[in-house]
Amino acid sequence: MDMAEDPVFERATRFLSALRHCQVLGLKLHSASGDGLTLVLPFSPQIVGNPLTGIIHGGALTSLMDTACGMSTLCVLPQFEVCPTLDLRIDYMHAAEPHKDVYGFAQCYRVTPDVIFTRGFAYQDDPEQPIAHVVGTFMRLGQHARGMGKASPITTVGQP
Amino acid sequence: MTDTIQEQLRRACEQGDYALLLASIPYAQLIGVECARQGDDLVFRLPANKDNIGNPLLPAIHGGVIAGFMELAAAVHLLIATGTPGVPKIIDFSLDYLRTGQFRDTYAKCQVWRQGRRVANVAITAWQDVEAEPIATARAHFKIQEPPKPDRP
Repeated sequence: MDMAEDPVFERATRFLSALRHCQVLGLKLHSASGDGLTLVLPFSPQIVGNPLTGIIHGGALTSLMDTACGMSTLCVLPQFEVCPTLDLRIDYMHAAEPHKDVYGFAQCYRVTPDVIFTRGFAYQDDPEQPIAHVVGTFMRLGQHARGMGKASPITTVGQP
Repeated sequence: MTDTIQEQLRRACEQGDYALLLASIPYAQLIGVECARQGDDLVFRLPANKDNIGNPLLPAIHGGVIAGFMELAAAVHLLIATGTPGVPKIIDFSLDYLRTGQFRDTYAKCQVWRQGRRVANVAITAWQDVEAEPIATARAHFKIQEPPKPDRP
């Protein structure tokens, strides 16, 4: 691994391990750098949406991409900030192939004082043939997490 | 085995049996989706479940679970309410998060705004305590199976 990736990779791994539903899905950090990050959603029978075909449900894919987009803010912010999702849009290019892991790449393409714009895509074998494209907008609540409940700003984990 | 599932799906759709339908979808079982008829409406319920939590400190339901719940509700609603043949395929899904999904039961209702021959447009609203204060709204397009062309003499 590139030495320059280390701090982001480590922060992102720690963040991911705190999110219960992501552990249930078995999400793993594949790579992370200043340009964005990639998560892996391993195939499992429990996330199948169509029992006739074995194709995974869009909801599992949405969880993967919501998490990837939310976590991509870690790549661009100097310090951790709580960034809840404002909106998310997914365009499904084609169905995922059963029994294969899904990769989710996301990056921030515009960072303003209040809002962060992210985009990404999900793929299986070939990043050039994505199974879904995603855009997501995230609100910056700052390091003091105003209005996000009673969690202290230092230990707060943002809503993915 | 596939025959049994196919048979189960067919029966579920024909009889509007959403419990049977949800029982045959593994992802619905994973997050725990239920459905009940209230008057003319189909109301979906996602009971509070620790495994659906994203932010552990608030605690809040993972945004992806809320999205998955709403997407699943839209597809099942289409199947049951419109009697479309075959499982609808999602084309796109657009979601606005309005409030934090607290660690409690979540509900969803759907509205089919347009059902064309090939594509259906469905709006979904999700709430927790008060229906008039939704935690998220979404809309989705589904590809539906074209009904067979009527024979013309």
